[in-house]
Amino acid sequence: MPAPYFDYTALLPEIILTGAIVVVLIADLLFEEREKYRTSTLAGLGCLGALVPILYLAGNGNDRSMFGGAYVVDNYALVMKTLFLVAGYITVLLSANYIEEGDYYQGEYYVLLLTALLGMTVMASARDLVTIFVALETLSIPTYLLAGWRKHDARSNEASLKYYLMGVLSSAVMLYGMSIVYGLAGDTRLVEIAKYVRTGAGGHLFDVAIFFTLVGFAFKVSAVPFHFWAPDAYEGAPTPVTAFLSVASKTGGFVALLSLVYVGFFGRGDAWQPILWVLAAASMTVGNLIALRQTNLVRMLAYSSIAQGGFMLVPFAVANQGDGSARPGAFSATIVYLLIYGAMNLGAFAVLIGVARKTRSADIDSYAGLFEYAPALAVLMSLFLFSLAGIPPLAGWYAKLVIFKAVIDAGTAQAVTLGVVAAVNSVVALFYYARVAGLMWFRSAPAEPGTGRIPPALGAAIALPAAVVLVIGVYPNLFARLGELATRGL
Amino acid sequence: MNWFDSWALSLATFIPIVGMAVVLAIPRAREELIKQVTLVATALTLAVGVVILFRFDYDNVDKLQFSVNKSWIDVISSRYHMGLDGISLPLVILTMGITLLCVVYSWDHFPEPHNPKAFLALLLVLETGMIGTFLAEDLILFFIFFELVLLPMYFMIGVWGGPNREYASIKFFLFTLFGSALMLLSFLALFFKSDPHTFDIVALSQQHGAGLTHGTQLLIFGGLFLGFAIKVPMFPFHTWLPDAHTEAPTVGSVILAAVLLKLGTYGFIRVALPVLPEAARSWAPWIGLLAVIGIIYGALGCLAQRDMKRLIAFSSVAHMGFVMLGISTLTSFGINAAIFGMVAHGLITGMLFFIAGSVQERFGTRELKRLGGLLLQAPKMGWILGFCCMASLGLPGLAGFWGEFPAVLSSYQPAVGLNVALFRAFMVTAAIGTVLAAGYLLWMLQRVAMGKIPVEWEDAHIHDVHVPEWIAWTPLLILILGLGVFPSTIFHVTDGAVQVVSGHFVRG
Repeated sequence: MPAPYFDYTALLPEIILTGAIVVVLIADLLFEEREKYRTSTLAGLGCLGALVPILYLAGNGNDRSMFGGAYVVDNYALVMKTLFLVAGYITVLLSANYIEEGDYYQGEYYVLLLTALLGMTVMASARDLVTIFVALETLSIPTYLLAGWRKHDARSNEASLKYYLMGVLSSAVMLYGMSIVYGLAGDTRLVEIAKYVRTGAGGHLFDVAIFFTLVGFAFKVSAVPFHFWAPDAYEGAPTPVTAFLSVASKTGGFVALLSLVYVGFFGRGDAWQPILWVLAAASMTVGNLIALRQTNLVRMLAYSSIAQGGFMLVPFAVANQGDGSARPGAFSATIVYLLIYGAMNLGAFAVLIGVARKTRSADIDSYAGLFEYAPALAVLMSLFLFSLAGIPPLAGWYAKLVIFKAVIDAGTAQAVTLGVVAAVNSVVALFYYARVAGLMWFRSAPAEPGTGRIPPALGAAIALPAAVVLVIGVYPNLFARLGELATRGL
Repeated sequence: MNWFDSWALSLATFIPIVGMAVVLAIPRAREELIKQVTLVATALTLAVGVVILFRFDYDNVDKLQFSVNKSWIDVISSRYHMGLDGISLPLVILTMGITLLCVVYSWDHFPEPHNPKAFLALLLVLETGMIGTFLAEDLILFFIFFELVLLPMYFMIGVWGGPNREYASIKFFLFTLFGSALMLLSFLALFFKSDPHTFDIVALSQQHGAGLTHGTQLLIFGGLFLGFAIKVPMFPFHTWLPDAHTEAPTVGSVILAAVLLKLGTYGFIRVALPVLPEAARSWAPWIGLLAVIGIIYGALGCLAQRDMKRLIAFSSVAHMGFVMLGISTLTSFGINAAIFGMVAHGLITGMLFFIAGSVQERFGTRELKRLGGLLLQAPKMGWILGFCCMASLGLPGLAGFWGEFPAVLSSYQPAVGLNVALFRAFMVTAAIGTVLAAGYLLWMLQRVAMGKIPVEWEDAHIHDVHVPEWIAWTPLLILILGLGVFPSTIFHVTDGAVQVVSGHFVRG
């Protein structure tokens, strides 16, 4: 057997990340206690460094494939890797002061963060069941630990444990489904599975396999009814980790779903489409309705991100309906949504961390009168919340638009019904986003407003997503192009 | 001046946003500078409007002038397409004028909690959204501008509004958003059903629904109808309006009445009718029915009010009913009347809200029971109120007449294919509505302006009209009288463009 072919240029982002992990690990040993904050700088540089070869690969433009098609670096992979690395970089910015001031282990934190990122970048290229599984575990296991990083807080322990148990359970279910797929199709590569799907063989056993595999990922992307872990994990985890979980980790799950559904299982729409339809409708509706009742902003954002995940699932549910022309539009719709969602959700969490430095609280009530004593933070938070609600001219409107576009493009009754569910949900969602904004603007400030300052790193972590939300809101073509490019390889 | 023709509409739309950016950069404490910058920005915008008025080709009002058509989101083939014809022109100028007057009016008395910086910044965003909606010729662009007004108005009501402001602001937001979500679905359906796929309003109007089954057309029109009817607002979607108007600060009410409601009626004339004429014909009797219900319901609502502002708000429901009745006849006569009605209602009801705001400021209340004798304490303001009430009830010779009377008359002979008997019944009902309008307006005038000064205010020192009020009000009063005497200034501009719209309905 000949040695497998390695395209080192294509693997350079992953190699750089691995290098950064090693460097941070060693640096942590060498630095004095008061110098440990520098590990965050190294981690940030690692994220940015890994972006450089991605830019080169994107300029080069060739699709590169390795290991018999199990690992592919195409436009889609590059777009998603960029999203992961930028989200990772912003998470490092969010974490820098939080982790340093909070008396946590610093070096280990960044090592785990980078390891999770490594899993995500691999996931973007994985086109093979085994690679997908390995990538998924690489990105999940560090986040189980990160969720419990506030060791002295019982809720953080609970978060970690819950997240871990649910994660392991979902992995097991998924692995079971994958093993049946492999048993029937005789191959783990998605392209080969697609060939098997086209033969129409497999019958109900294959339906079951698809069901188990998808359910596993439904846990990962916290789709209703597999969402129970998310709010507790989000609330208990350190806030920067929550931001990371709700954006990067969720995107990781979606990337795997995209590859599996659009590349591997696409021909069996009858098996996966009803599942995803129900997941989408339930996630949007239940996520929004529960979010209405929350009193803690982190929990509210947790439920809001469940609902947002529902929106991202909508294109899946309609992708193979109608005359099939909706497929590329649906694929790029989810990608564009992920890109925009990443910016606005990270931004919202960044402001949340900023406000918590002043008020020492994430209770929604503690936001009363924020506009009076911290107008900039209030304006920015409103920006992100209304963007999440999809109000023009903030980027979120375009994310909603592409979802509706995919629905109408498919044009069948089921698709349009889902579209109406989504439309109604976008109105319900406005209610709780606007409630927070209303508190900040319409109420008077408390007698002794908090005074904490916003450190530069956090400021950058707020400014970056804010710029994206405004620029993409007015000129969405930039992200729309990325979505279109990513769809070419389909 | 060639560069001007290609830049005019972009300038008119985006000067306010640039002004907002400048305002945001100025520290909050420098209030004078902030006010001056806002004044300059709105005045510049109006200046662009005046130049447009001079350079507009009045012989080709049906053609889009000053057009810009640049690529914007090419991935979904949506373009930055703006244009101005006889239908948009009066509304754009109205918007520019009203915004400037609002800045002048609020110069020295910003509502609590003060903060001119935020207030004026929001006002400028609002202006961009309103002007842009009247100019957009691409559905997505139209949608963006249509929605752009929501956030500033939400904050304006919520921050500077009355005691019940939180409820009113969120109600306004949710109602409008619900309509526009379905409207967006309809826009997308139009896109995919058109051939070649396009969001261009001009191109879609030329295809006028070709290749669509009647059922699909009805459904898509239904989505558009909800989006626009909530904005107008038509009965039974009007319930957000009295709350929003009552709680909003004076300037917010004025803008809401004078311009925001027109976005809905404009949407009917610009998008819904020309793009889906066949469905419009099927929907027209229902629109007409809701319009006359609105007229009667609004009038009866007025008679039951105890709050001056709430009364004017309900009168808006009735007046917009006349506008919608004109549109529902699908005739050029009716649609011309509707556009005139939009402008006239903007001027008159805007004026009434200004007065209500000034009354509230002086007496600290708008309760009709507690007011009285304004003519004795502040005679000038009392006379102005009388003048506006007369205009609002449709006295011939003032602007209100030309919006109301032709609209009623046009339903005598609706477009081919509509049920004549039904529309004549609408006509009679609407005529009764005008009588009721006289009733509630004169009643309000009597309560507020006439009679003796109530004991409560006998010793109160009540200022008559201030200088900023004079500056803000005089142009409106002149226009109300001027347009009443020379209605053809507007009809002359709109008629050619309206013929194009109603042309879809001439044959059966």
